[in-house]
Order: sequence, then C-alpha cells, then structure tokens
Amino acid sequence: MKPCCHSRLCLLGISFVLCVVSSAAGAIGEQEFDRQRAALVKVIEQDVRDTSLYLDKEALDPRVMQAMGKVRRHVFVPEYERRLAYRNHPLPIGHGQTISQPYIVAIMTDMLKPRPDHKVLEVGTGSGYQAAVLAELVKRVYTIEIIEPLGERARTTLLQTGHNNVEVRIGDGYYGWKEHAPFDAIVVTAAAGHIPPPLIQQLKPGGRMVIPVGSRFMTQQLVLVEKSYEGEVTTRQMLPVRFVPLTGGH
Amino acid sequence: MSATLRTSADEQRTESRPPLLTIGLLSATALAYEILLMRLFSIVQWHHFAYMIISLALLGYGASGTFLAFAQSRLLRNYPLALFVNLTLFALAAMPGFLLAQQLPFNPEQLLWDLRQPLTLMLVYMLLMLPFFFAANAIALTLARYRHAIPHVYGFDLVGAGLGALAIVALLFVLFPLAALTAISVLGLVCIAVAAWELQTPKRRKIAFACALMTVPIIWQGTTSQLEVSAYKDLSQTLRVAGTRIIAERSSPLGLLQVVESPQVPLRHAPGMSVTAKREPPAQLGIFSDAGGMSTIVQDTGEPQALSYLDQLTSALPYHLAEPRRVLILGAGGGMDVLQAHRAGAQLIDAVELNPQLVALVRNDYAEFAGGIYNHPGIRAHVAEARGYVLDRDDRYDLIQLALLDSFSASATGLYALSESYLYTTEALQAFTDRLSDNGYLAITRWIKLPPRDTLKILATAIAALEAAGVEAPEKRLALIRGWQTSTLLIKNGDIAASEVKALQVFCKTRAFDVAWYPGIKSGELNRYNILKAPWYHEAAKALLGPEHEAFVERYKFDIAPASDDRPYFFNFFKWSTLPEIWRLRGQGGIPLIEAGYLVLIATLAQALLASALLIVLPLFAIKRAAQPGEAYISRVRVLAYFAAIGLGFLFLEIAFIQKFMLFLHHPLYAAAVVLAGFLVFAGLGSQRAQRYTQHERYQRGVRFAVAGIVAIGGVYLLLLDPLFALFMSWPTAAKVALSVLLIAPLAFCMGMPFPLALSSLGEHAASLIPWAWGVNGCASVLSAVLATLLAVHFGFTVVVLLALLLYLFVVMVFPAPIGSVART
Repeated sequence: MKPCCHSRLCLLGISFVLCVVSSAAGAIGEQEFDRQRAALVKVIEQDVRDTSLYLDKEALDPRVMQAMGKVRRHVFVPEYERRLAYRNHPLPIGHGQTISQPYIVAIMTDMLKPRPDHKVLEVGTGSGYQAAVLAELVKRVYTIEIIEPLGERARTTLLQTGHNNVEVRIGDGYYGWKEHAPFDAIVVTAAAGHIPPPLIQQLKPGGRMVIPVGSRFMTQQLVLVEKSYEGEVTTRQMLPVRFVPLTGGH
Repeated sequence: MSATLRTSADEQRTESRPPLLTIGLLSATALAYEILLMRLFSIVQWHHFAYMIISLALLGYGASGTFLAFAQSRLLRNYPLALFVNLTLFALAAMPGFLLAQQLPFNPEQLLWDLRQPLTLMLVYMLLMLPFFFAANAIALTLARYRHAIPHVYGFDLVGAGLGALAIVALLFVLFPLAALTAISVLGLVCIAVAAWELQTPKRRKIAFACALMTVPIIWQGTTSQLEVSAYKDLSQTLRVAGTRIIAERSSPLGLLQVVESPQVPLRHAPGMSVTAKREPPAQLGIFSDAGGMSTIVQDTGEPQALSYLDQLTSALPYHLAEPRRVLILGAGGGMDVLQAHRAGAQLIDAVELNPQLVALVRNDYAEFAGGIYNHPGIRAHVAEARGYVLDRDDRYDLIQLALLDSFSASATGLYALSESYLYTTEALQAFTDRLSDNGYLAITRWIKLPPRDTLKILATAIAALEAAGVEAPEKRLALIRGWQTSTLLIKNGDIAASEVKALQVFCKTRAFDVAWYPGIKSGELNRYNILKAPWYHEAAKALLGPEHEAFVERYKFDIAPASDDRPYFFNFFKWSTLPEIWRLRGQGGIPLIEAGYLVLIATLAQALLASALLIVLPLFAIKRAAQPGEAYISRVRVLAYFAAIGLGFLFLEIAFIQKFMLFLHHPLYAAAVVLAGFLVFAGLGSQRAQRYTQHERYQRGVRFAVAGIVAIGGVYLLLLDPLFALFMSWPTAAKVALSVLLIAPLAFCMGMPFPLALSSLGEHAASLIPWAWGVNGCASVLSAVLATLLAVHFGFTVVVLLALLLYLFVVMVFPAPIGSVART
C-alpha cells in the first residue's frame, strides 16, 4: 500500500493530496480487501465442490455464499493479522481464541439452514465474525461470550459493521438465553464437553444445532444436532472434508 | 579469568591430572538440564514438540565438534581460560535459554501456513542449543587436552551424566520445575569453582567468590520468572473464564498438577454425556496435568440425583448388564469412574492411579469436597502402574474399567502417537481379562473420532487378546456401543447372554446411544441416534470379526493393527499410504486428519539429518589445516562410520532396554531413571577400565573385547529377558530394581569402551580429528534417539536391539586405525 500512496503524493502535490490520501489509502485498502474476499469466496466454492460427496450437495446455499462475500472478515481480525484475513485459515485473535477458517464458517452456517425469519443463538462469540455472517441471513442473532474483553470487542466491531440485529451478552452460555428462546438454530462454537441440556431444550422442534469439535485451530468434525417435531434428538457427525474413511474404493 | 590464569607450574600439574570432577559435575548438570527442559517444555508446550525441540537443541554437541575442528588448536593454547569461558557461558545460558524460548510465540498448529512459525522455531532451537554447545566444548576440549587420559575423562563424563539423571529425578520431587532450573544454573556456577580448584588456578578464591556473587542474579531471575504456558493449552483456556483460579499445585517428575476451581462458571466435565440427560454435572474441581489433560474431582454431597450424569455416560453400560460387586478402576485420576462404580452399588472398588500426588489430593486435600471417595470403607486407592498392579495380585474382579485418561484434543490430533503405552497392548488386555471373574467384564471407553480410529484399534486388540487366550468365538464375548463422543467396548469372560443383550438395548435406547456390535446384532438397529454417513463402526466390527480381518486392517486408511508390548504404539494411526490423500485436503479442513505425532517425529529426523550433515561436512575443510606435523593418516570415512555407528548403537540399546525394563519395573519414571542412570554409570566405569588398553596401544583389542561382550550379552538378553522377567515379576520393587541394575551393568560396562578407545587412538595418531569424531558422535546420538522410536513404531523394539548389535559388529570392522605411519606435514 505504501509505495502506492507515495506515488500519489509525488503526482498530485502536497496540499491537495493531504486530504485525499487519508480517504484514498482507506479506499485502496478496502478495495484490495474486497478483491481478496471475492477470491476467497471462489476458493470456498471450489472446496465445497470437492467436498460435495460429504456434504451431500454440489454447492452451499447461495445466500450463505453471498454473506461470506459481504462480511468484511478483516475487521474482525486484530490489526497485525489483517494481511492474512482472507486466507482460508483460522487466525489467532488474542485471549487464546481464534477466528475459524472461512471454509468451516461457511459450512457450519449452511448446516443451520438459516432463513430470513430465523432467530439464532450463538454460544461463543469470539471475534463476532460467525455472528456477522449469520446476521446477514437471519432476523436476529443472540450471541454469548464468556471472555469479557472478547465480548466487548465483538460488540464494538458488530456495531461498526452495522450488524444491528446482533445482541451480544457476556456470560456463561451453558443455560442459553431463556428470554429469547426457543431458537430456530444454535451454534456452539465454544468447545463443549457435552451438549448442554438447556440448549437442547431451547432448540425449537425442527431446529438445528451445530457444534464444531476439535482444537482452537483445527476442526476435527462437525456435529449437527437435530430436534424432530416429535422432540426426538439425533446427532449427525460429519467431517468437513471429502475423505473417504475405511478402506477406500467406496 | 585472564591469561594470567595459566602458569607453567599449573600446566605441569594439570598435565597429569585432568579436571575429572569438573567434567563429572558438568556432565551431570547438562544431563539434568536436558531432562528438566523436557519437563518444562511439556508444560508450556506439548509433549511431542518438547521432544522435537530438545532433540534439535542437543545438536549443540555436534555443533561443538564443528566449532572445535576450527578453533581447537587456538583454544588449547590456553586450555584453562577456554574451559572457564565455556563453563561460565554454560552456567549463564542455561536459564535465560529457556526463559527466552518460552516467551517466543511458537504455536505448532500454525506451522503449516504461517511462515513466522518456522522462524520462531529456529530461534527456539538456537537459544536452547547454546548451553549444550558450551558444555560440549568444555568436555571436548578436556578430552583433546588430556589425550593420554581420554577413557578417564570420558568415564567421568558418563558417570556424571548417570548421576545427573538420578539427581534430577530426585530434585523434581522436592522442587518445582522453575526452581529446579535455578538449582541447575547454580550448579553450573559450582562447576566453575570446582574447575578452579582442580586446576589449582592461583585466583581460585576470587573465582569462587565471583561464582558466589553470580548466584544472586540467577536466583533472583529464577524466583521472579514464571512459566508461560501456551495460550492454547487446556489450562490457559480454562483460566480465561472469569472467577477460575489455581488453588493448589503439586509437582513431581511425573508431572505438574494444578487444581483449578471455577465457582462462577462450573467446569461441567462429562465427556460423552447422553443428549437425553436432564441434569448437568455437579460442581467439580479440575486437576490439570502439565497444563493439559484435565481430570476432575466431582463434588459428592450425598444427594444421589446430583450424580445422575454418571449414569448417562457410555461407560455406565456394564452396570446395567449385571451387578458387579468387585470393581477395578485402572487410571482412577480424580475419581470420577470410582464414583460411578460406587453409585452403581459396587461393594469393593480398587482404584489404581500412578501419580501419588493425585491420589493425595483426592484422599486428603479435597476429601471433603469429594465426599471422602478415597476414604470410603469399600474403596481402596492404590498408587501403582496399572499393568504392574494387575500382575502383582491374584484378585479377581466382576468389572475392570480402563478409564478414559487422555483428553480428546490431545488424542484427536495424534499427540500421543509416539508415546509408548503398555495399557492398550494385546498382552495388556490379556493380563486384564485374566483377572476377570467368571462372566466378568473388561470395559474400555475411548473417544469417538472421525474417521474411526482408536475404537477400532482397541476392538482389533481385544480380538487378538481373546484369540491369543484360545477363545474360539470372540464375537460372542464382545459388545460395542457409541455415543457422539465416546465409545465403550465390553469384553466378557464368557459368552454374552440374551438377557444382557436386552439390557444393552434398553440402556442404549434410553440414552440415545448406538449399538455397533453384540452377538446377534441386526442391521435395523444401526446408526439410529448418532448418525454417520454409514454404520462404519458396525461394518468394521463385522470385518474385524470375520475371515477378512487381516485384509481389512491392511486396507484401512489408518493403522488399526493391534499394538503389542514390542510395538507399544496404540496411539499411532499413521499410514504413509494415506498421507497424499490427506495432504491434498489440507485447504479444506483436512489438516486434523494428519496424525501429527508421527509426522513431528519425521520432521525431527529430517531437521536433525540436515543439520547433522552440515555440522559433519563443515569441519572437513578445517581438519587439513589443523593437522599437526607427524600425524598419521586416518581414513575420514572410517572415523565417520565408527563414531556414527557407536552413537547410533549406544542409544538404540539404551532406549530399547528402557522399554524392556519398563515392563518389568512397571513404572515409566523409575524404569527410565534406573535404566538411564545404570547404562551411563556402568558405561562410565567401562570407559575407566578401557584406560588399561591404551597403555600399549591395544585399542583395537579392547574394542573387539567390548563388542564381543555387547553382542553376547545383548543376544542373550533378547532371548532370556522375557522369561527372566516373568520369573521375578512378583518380587518387591526394590529387589527388581537391584536385579535390573545387575542386568544392565555388564552390558553397559562393555558399551562404555569403544568410544574412548577409538578416541584415544585418534589422540595418539591424529589429534586434529578428535573434535570431528566428537561432533559425529554427538549428531549420531540425536539421530539415534529419533530413529529408535521410528524403527520401534514399524518393526518393534526387538529389531532395534538387533540393529544395535549389528552396528557394534560393524564398529569392529571400521576401527579408524592409522594407515601406515606416513608422516604428514
């Protein structure tokens, strides 16, 4: 970015440029980020095609991909990691937490089958990125973060990005958010030793809950919890990758 | 420490008397430092990366050889000064080396895509290599300076190292790891004072005083520093939650235990709890081992309903099929499984846990919180290793529970891949089932992983154990169920009855667990609640119990062949043939499928090979220049082959025998300490003995004698150790330790001779080659440790021993004798 700013300085003269540079530098940055984001969406689309066997679909919901293309991931990433914001990797965001790999965020969001009239609960706000993606797709997102500074930061970021339909609460997500229950969908991004019974209760019949299992940087598997209209709970375990287990040749 | 240190009178005195105590003490300190670093890095990082980091740091020995090949002659001109400088740098680098390295933001999980990580890792290596580099310089310079007494010096080096290994284990019982680091740094300073006294340096009082002064900043630094645990380890993650705090800490060589309470947000540790559970777990205290692997102490207020979650775990299955009265819990930890058994009505529970401090925490410190679980009349807590405990007693049990000891995240990423485990081998399962009463159960709970790995491997191991015991229809004795997070395998001492099948079906149905195997299972029951793309667990069980067993294991994409005592790597699932497929998927979330533990070992080997090649080739340019007039010509290839083979052979034997004796002594720590110390001390004595062969230049004769001994004793041990161990297995531990030392002594004694004899020969004929030989040996030792594990993973420890014996035979053939007596200028 810098050499570019300098060349403009030379071309245009100091007094004029001083006022332009600040906005131009921002605009150039944003443009570059936009370009990178568009490229990332292409990467995810390709990955999904490669993984189609596992996901039982050739492509994710176009609305989800649109949201992925719209939400500015770099805003949710600390300043020093921004240049890596649109790589398809998880990134550290401080406090021992991470922002998930965009590909995983896309798949998890798609698994929730979000609709514009949906009310979604997220346990483990982290950077706020997943909440922002969901906010693009549903009516309202309620998100709970246990680490205070993270929750505060996410709240500020979400205000900044104009996601006004997200409500952030700082506290223990185990008991869900009773006042707004039941939810059409729930994401539990904070690692859970088990599925908290209150969350199962707060899931609407016909609702879906997604839980990524693994370490902070690596999602080992995704668990989809479904509650039937009769209230029966089943879980579905899946790999986020197209890897044919067992003995191959399937 | 100036040039005035050296006087001609000093030189005469020191000529006849090498600073043997200094070398012994330095070597002890350096080895203690190495073991302590492993401890420290296992806390702040993860075990297998600790292993990689320290292996690479040990190349400091090789680097010293390279450095001295260039600088030896200059440094030897003022040996005392060079010795003092290196001793001082060792003492001063030991503590900051670790403290700085732990501050560097190294995170292994970002290695694959973040270029800053490999660079950080390099920096970590460098920082930790320095202390070993300086220590090695001091020893190698002394060897070169006292060429006539090489076996003496080397003998003290080895004996010192052996005692250092014992000392650090003892020290870690009384000191926390960081305090031990301070002690080691102070010991480094003591080395300087001892050297001043041994070399009769005129300013020795001043030097001693300076050393005493230097202890002040070291102790200050040690007491004000803290361990910087990686932000991604379980403990760090838990401590982020408001209100959590560490309320007690215990440390021993077995690990650092930290008890955590979390009053605001309960810990709620209930791995695999059913989705139908209505109640959350009661209050718990977390016990973290080395800042990871949490075990919990569950609060028992006496209200039975509060503990109802224990009945919602897959591990509760056996209590629903029968009413086991006598229960054995292997790996009792904080006592959760004990509580489960107690709650289910078991009348006599033996709880076995390896770590005495963990037992003491539950039994004494938090007894009230735990409802006196370990003090209950029907419950006996034993401090013992599981295998040893079972072998030592004839008691029979209605149920033996093998608890889920490792944490999911560690297990899922293959972190334990290269840790030997004698709990999950065919022989172990056979030993456990031998202790079952008629119709008793062995229950093994494991984490569910996708694609299935350990559950299938334990099933394959169980089948192998039953077959080895002569059971004709293993399929009638096995039952396997799974939740979304854990699986439980039951091995029954008898055929599973129809009533038990019925109970199992009810148990699973009410808890939304799936059945994967029981005799007479029907396809309509499969994949009902925790839905997989296909009923993989059942399909695999069917294949493993059918005629295609071997073909299935062969074709499966992960290594699920049963582990054995000779290849005790239950947690290694890696198959080379699967790597390319997973590697292609790395961008699409495929990285977790890579079994990291094995690849870290390969990465360690690759890095060590590369660095070693550089360190070994570089000095060749210097040696020519350093050659003194009158030196004989000695084949470089022979020097390389000889010293590399010894380095490899020595550690192959040492590591393989540590494993063999671990099964005899049944304690990973004591076995490692006794065998390591035994090998080093007796090899040191062997080296001392080798001095006599130098008197009439009978170097080669000495080597032949030693190798004959090694091959003969090693060969006999290969054949006789197992029956011998079986014979003395029930002896008391002290007697078994004594017997172990007796067995190690003659072998180690012989192993201590080939190195100093060849080095003495070099000293006599071509002293300029000494540092190079030292460096080659240093590099080979590092490679050897890694290679030994790799070979054991694939071929077993017996092959490692055989290879070591072949290497020693090879050594005789390539003894680096001078060619003719052509004087070179």
